[in-house]
Amino acid sequence: MRVMAQLAMVMNLDKCIGCHTCSVTCKQAWTNRTGTEYAWFNNVETRPGQGYPRRYEDQERWKGGWERTAKGRLRLRAGGRLTKLGKLFANPELPEISDYYEPWTYDYATLIEAPLGDDVPTAAPRSAITGEPTQPTWGPNWDDDLGGSTEHGVKDPIAEKLRDELGIQIKFEFEQSFMFYLPRICEHCLNPSCVASCPSGAMYKREEDGIVLVDQDQCRGWRMCVTGCPYKKVYFNHKTGKAEKCTFCYPRVEAGQPTVCAETCVGRLRYIGVLLYDADKVTEAASVADEHDLYPAQLDLLLDPHDPAVIRAAEAAGIPHDWLTAARRSPVYQLIHDYRLALPLHPEYRTMPMVWYIPPLSPVVDAVSESGHDGEHRDNLFGAIDALRIPIEYLAELFTAGDTEPVRRSLRRLAAMRSYMRAVNLGQETDEDIPASVGLTGEQIFAMHRLLALAKYDERY
Amino acid sequence: MRSPRKATNKGSENHHNEGPATAALLRLGRYLTRAESSADLHSVHLTGGREGDAFYRDRWSHDKVVPSTHGVNCTGSCRWNVYVSDGIITWESQDPDYPSVGPDKPEYEPRGCPRGASFSWYSYSPTRVRFPYARGVLVEMYREALKQHGDPVTAWASVMDDPMKRLSYQRARGKGGLVRVSWDEASEIAAAAHVHTISRYGPDRVAGFSPIPAMSMVSHAIGSRFMALIGAPMLSFYDWYADLPVASPQVFGDQTDVPESADWWDAAYLMMWGSNVPVTRTPDAHWMAEARYRGQKVVVVSPDYADNTKFADEWLAPHPGTDAALAMAMGHVILTEFFAERQVPYFTDYVRRFTDLPFLVTLTERDGAFVPSKFLTAADLGDTGAAEPQWKTVLVDDRTGEPVVPNGSVGFRWNEHDQGHWNLDLGDVVPRLSLLDDPGHEGVEVLLPRFDADGVLRRGVPAVERGGQLVTTVFDLLMAQYGVRRGELPGRWPSGYDDPAEPCTPAWQQEITSVPAERVTRIAREFAETAEASRGRCMILMGAGTNHWFHSDTIYRSFLALLTMTGCQGRNGGGWAHYVGQEKVRPLTGHQTLAGAMDWVRPARQMIGTAYWYLHTGQWRYDALRNDELASPLAPGSLAGTSAADTLAQSARLGWMPSFPTFDRNPLDLVDEADEAGIDPARHVIAQLREGKLGFAAEDPDAPENWPRVLTVWRSNLLGSSAKGHEYFLRHLLGTDANLRGEEAPPDSRPKSVKWRDTAPVGKLDLMLAIDYRMTSTTLFADLVLPAATWYEKHDLSSTDMHPFVHSFNAAVDPPWQTRTDFEAFHTIAKRFSELAERHLGVRKDLVATPMTHDTPGETAQPGGVVRDWRDGDVEPIPGVTMPRLTVVERDYPAVAARLATLGPLLEKLGATSKGLTYDVGEEVNWLRAKNGVATTGAGRGQALIDTDIKAADAVLALSGTTNGRLATQGFRDLEKRVGTELAHLSAEHEGKKITFADTRSRPAAVITSPEWSGSESRGRRYSAFVINVEHRKPWHTLTGRQHFFLDHDWMHELGEALPIYRPPLGSHHLSGGQGDAAEVTVRYLTPHSKWSIHSTYQDNLHMLTLSRGGQGIWMSPSDAEAIGAKDNDWIEAVNRNGVVVARAIVSHRMPAGTVFLYHAQDRAVNVPRSEATGKRGGTHNSLTRLLLKPTHLIGGYAQLSFGFNYLGPTGNQRDEVTVIRRRSQEVRY
Repeated sequence: MRVMAQLAMVMNLDKCIGCHTCSVTCKQAWTNRTGTEYAWFNNVETRPGQGYPRRYEDQERWKGGWERTAKGRLRLRAGGRLTKLGKLFANPELPEISDYYEPWTYDYATLIEAPLGDDVPTAAPRSAITGEPTQPTWGPNWDDDLGGSTEHGVKDPIAEKLRDELGIQIKFEFEQSFMFYLPRICEHCLNPSCVASCPSGAMYKREEDGIVLVDQDQCRGWRMCVTGCPYKKVYFNHKTGKAEKCTFCYPRVEAGQPTVCAETCVGRLRYIGVLLYDADKVTEAASVADEHDLYPAQLDLLLDPHDPAVIRAAEAAGIPHDWLTAARRSPVYQLIHDYRLALPLHPEYRTMPMVWYIPPLSPVVDAVSESGHDGEHRDNLFGAIDALRIPIEYLAELFTAGDTEPVRRSLRRLAAMRSYMRAVNLGQETDEDIPASVGLTGEQIFAMHRLLALAKYDERY
Repeated sequence: MRSPRKATNKGSENHHNEGPATAALLRLGRYLTRAESSADLHSVHLTGGREGDAFYRDRWSHDKVVPSTHGVNCTGSCRWNVYVSDGIITWESQDPDYPSVGPDKPEYEPRGCPRGASFSWYSYSPTRVRFPYARGVLVEMYREALKQHGDPVTAWASVMDDPMKRLSYQRARGKGGLVRVSWDEASEIAAAAHVHTISRYGPDRVAGFSPIPAMSMVSHAIGSRFMALIGAPMLSFYDWYADLPVASPQVFGDQTDVPESADWWDAAYLMMWGSNVPVTRTPDAHWMAEARYRGQKVVVVSPDYADNTKFADEWLAPHPGTDAALAMAMGHVILTEFFAERQVPYFTDYVRRFTDLPFLVTLTERDGAFVPSKFLTAADLGDTGAAEPQWKTVLVDDRTGEPVVPNGSVGFRWNEHDQGHWNLDLGDVVPRLSLLDDPGHEGVEVLLPRFDADGVLRRGVPAVERGGQLVTTVFDLLMAQYGVRRGELPGRWPSGYDDPAEPCTPAWQQEITSVPAERVTRIAREFAETAEASRGRCMILMGAGTNHWFHSDTIYRSFLALLTMTGCQGRNGGGWAHYVGQEKVRPLTGHQTLAGAMDWVRPARQMIGTAYWYLHTGQWRYDALRNDELASPLAPGSLAGTSAADTLAQSARLGWMPSFPTFDRNPLDLVDEADEAGIDPARHVIAQLREGKLGFAAEDPDAPENWPRVLTVWRSNLLGSSAKGHEYFLRHLLGTDANLRGEEAPPDSRPKSVKWRDTAPVGKLDLMLAIDYRMTSTTLFADLVLPAATWYEKHDLSSTDMHPFVHSFNAAVDPPWQTRTDFEAFHTIAKRFSELAERHLGVRKDLVATPMTHDTPGETAQPGGVVRDWRDGDVEPIPGVTMPRLTVVERDYPAVAARLATLGPLLEKLGATSKGLTYDVGEEVNWLRAKNGVATTGAGRGQALIDTDIKAADAVLALSGTTNGRLATQGFRDLEKRVGTELAHLSAEHEGKKITFADTRSRPAAVITSPEWSGSESRGRRYSAFVINVEHRKPWHTLTGRQHFFLDHDWMHELGEALPIYRPPLGSHHLSGGQGDAAEVTVRYLTPHSKWSIHSTYQDNLHMLTLSRGGQGIWMSPSDAEAIGAKDNDWIEAVNRNGVVVARAIVSHRMPAGTVFLYHAQDRAVNVPRSEATGKRGGTHNSLTRLLLKPTHLIGGYAQLSFGFNYLGPTGNQRDEVTVIRRRSQEVRY
């Protein structure tokens, strides 16, 4: 057992309002400079939608992450080291600027400087890269709030997959509308394919907290990391010629402050905490045959911070006392492990991502309510989960490689909490069957409620 | 959690057993590097090599962090940390340090949104106004004239007097050609224009527009104070923005008082109705998301799949503007099941005590039936012994069956005799809700209006004779209005919920809204059941989606009815939660005092903004809508044949609403004339009016002497954001090119009492002055542009409805380049103004005409709500009773600058007043003398200084109850005498607490419970409106002292709106969905609040443009897009009678067919090409809108229906508009 500590994040999508404050505060703090105009270390996607960069989840096209060979070994989907050497100068799996978007600006100065003419001055758009007149035709958030859905939404790789492989047709029609938001940062994976892709050895995962970084001195700009990352969260700075990525705000984290994106999240949905894991088992966990087993395998990697054996091994590995204390109090561990609410993003990429998500509830479809049933009432509660507007299969494709059971459990627990707490709210007697039906106790529901609803600053981070 | 920084860092480089060759390479590699590999070759552990990390550490390093906020009318009032490095603002992030709201609730941290997060982009952006600018054509002519005349005022006058010169610079407005000038020259031109206008035309021909004091109180107050000192009107904004819910003064006698967002947490049932909370209340949305986890049920009513629908348990999507039909049907269900079939003690007890439902209303015979008429008053009972019997309403005591006059109506509020009886104490009286309980009642048929179809309703109510008149109760009328059949009452009633023909059944609403009847029934039932179980913890969170319609007052009254009948008002977790506009200035009294210069001269001129723009931008000339088209089928006819301009003129004449300019003559000259003739100026005015020698300006708004001449706009982008009828502003107010396409009203649709001049004036304004930090339509069209400091470069105060704190703006850096704070800018102008005034103005006397005002004894001027016009000989013209109040005040023009900077002597003499309570502030004034220092010279000598923004902020805080516990407690003690119940304990815990500017700087400061507002924060309680009324029996500021379902003013009857009712949106008959030419579609045009801007702020910000579509975009449904052959991101044009918009199509299935959105507020300063339709630049979102005035908003002099600044006035609604949309050539030209 090789105990290592990892800083991880959980985002509760059920609380996300899609405001993009995280994106902007991150952008302002880190990437509002030449060379990184198009780079959003943190971005937020409306789903269904194509994401940023466009259709990054289509690994048939972009070859990100790992794949399992017939012999049960892992290899980079984009090819191993030898393949990579051959592609050093012409990497076909690299998104182009148009896949992100061509950053633009405007002739703002004309508003002040325009000489007397025949009409109102206006600031026309120009490319931020070439300076030439341009027209915005795609952006980092072009399909926000289902904008352009009938043209763009159908190209959502998950929607395609549901249609082609499961025969589930997502209807882009008014009456069937649904959406939710997916904020994304670097996953700071336990098994990072970007690091493995780097021919220069410029990428590394910090031992003390698991943050994945690009060494700005070592980077030679080969951009293999861009291809290697299935989440497309490594960016190429076209001015410095080096790769850049989300740093988990290490200058802040080291000073005891949460990341910018987390602290500025006005939905109060981000949690940061310490996880302990067994580094020796990462390869094995990432290599399980059945993709549905990847989420359980990833869970199994996590070590129980209360287990005396784990504590001893961690102390032996040099993990400081306060980190072990933090691991025991970790809100992230509770949400991932104790309540089984949070799920990893695309475990099938086999990178063992360390940003986890609580899936969103959504309005029940009219079919349930129109039959005169209250979707919130406990008798209808669990029936309602499968009648939510967001198809459960869609969420499963995001978080559990298609296995709907863990998603269903998570949503049921959220719904059970609401139903149970309603009685408390109205001063009525609680129904203990409700927590029991989702494998929890009333006390656990209260504790979960405290963490999810009250979500005090000191308990989020 | 803190990451340990180890002295020797280890790195790890992951590799995998990808294949034999790689594995061999890796195994080899183990021996080539001094690194430790894991057994499975998964990782290589390296030490050191982290020097490259320095890049991000350097990036993060900063010199200081300064707290500030954003002044942007978003209601956020969020606390931000501004980072400064090397004297440069680098970025901002939220300050999470708020006082806790308690251990059992979420917290306010971290407040903010993406727009605020992008603000620092403006600091150094290319759109930043760095220097003063002037219109080149104008400044050249001015300089030449100055050379010739030597005197700035004479020079200015000479340019204005030359029609060709005036035309030449007015025509140049908005077409570039701004040139840099110095602050000295800019302020001299501004001062000269002010002096000239006051001297030639009168101070009421100058105006100031700066909205929303709460978003930066000192910056607002300084300019407003300048205007008040010179006698210029300030224009209202809350009604103009259509953010004012007129239903609130109508029902509550209150401008707007709503719960803080933390109180959403207390709600057991939350309906979000026309309020897209994640987008428009971004920092507060989490309360809603979190409250669901304690079992709150969430219902969203929205015509589109709005962002908040994601959080809803149920989504109801009525057709836009039909919300009242849905609410009326919910009311039908609740009244049927919870009042008729079964009685809920909590509900009946509540409505008896706190609403007008038990009060008696007279019935008047009409066409063999009856119509509801007026509240029965003590005067009707012949009770002559009591004071003000006409203002005391009557109910029946259920125990005796006899009429009684309960305490609390407005008749108890102002007279000495009833001291201690203005309360809701009923003693042993049990108000009788329905006269069905009177054994002697007879069922009579009443006629009630309907607007959803032709005809009238005939429904029965129980009636008895009292005071010689046939009467019934408001409750009985309400049951008839909602179609709830009881007993053997006559009339035509719905056969059941499934009857679609009779209002207000669920089936009836389904035909109107498209929402399934059974869902409405179920939700209404759930709503009331929850209210019963939780004792009033149901909340309707309502917003601009339902408030910006022409008939929003009726929409809102239908919502308020649901809440009031279920006992949800005045309860934590319950009631209406209207959030449109950051109207809540928590330190109210102090701000009003400074902003109105009440310390030096009273009263200030305050004007209803909508009426001002309606007249002075010429929109009245295009308005062919006659009041007859709005009238009830049962209207007695007092508005017959009139149009909005007629009602405006009448309202001004009767002293209902303010009107500036007031008369067709300079009010300074009027006093001089009177003085010369040796008569009282008021009598002089009356005599002149009677003789027809003096007229009201509103009766001839196009006469050159009645034009507004000088307009100053600060803290606002009037033209690019709020200017409904934007193109009319350009043509008529400014005199420049416009895309206006409409035609003037035909002769038979023109006003009767307002003079029609054949040629509409073009270019009324002599000078438009804008103060801003960025370039907008307002600065582009202005003649003078002064460079303002941003919110990170000045000191100020901020407060909001949404949270109970007052906190500060602070200068992270000094104003860069030649920018100045608004505070400094007005002092600069005032100084030059005072110098020029020495020679040109001196000390003058001014005649100020003001309306009868709410929360003053003036609100009881015109009993019975009956229109009596002195011009028609109905009554004598008596100032302050049947016509405006006339006050002569002294204007010491050379002293304006000195007075601006000092706190005047009237405070110690007259105290400070708000909402009918006067505070003795002697101690506070002395404290300010000690703290701020005293002026040692000039006109303010001996007075406390308020010559810096921080000193002014401290004055605001010291003079308000919410921030000064001594005043709050003093106010409650005074109120106790009037009300007769104990109140002072509400603030006693904070009697010694005084919040200073320094306090607001270190942390947001929680305010103190104060009579300035109706809620209570005592002992850390969450703020909810009307808690003091419900818990301490303090009356609402209304006619009955209770919440009103019934409004009996003549004009309310005229429009058929005495009771809650559904009225369809205007313009629906124009909707075509494809008109002749297949390439165009006619759709409803809505401008909801945007995700990427706060009004027009941020919509030009590069970050927000990048995260959205990079310019104006019109959201439309796939079917509407298909109808015109448009794809996503195609260029399209929206064209109607008012103007043209050129935008990109954003096609989405979340939009309902037949409706498009152009999000508010899209200015034309970024990425707007020229239009195909006119060849000129496309417009703003308001290029397609035009003002329509609702006559009932102009009622005055009648209890809660009396004027107050931003309290009551016609709204600048803009939702009832349609437009044609076409796909245009995809080649665009800029």
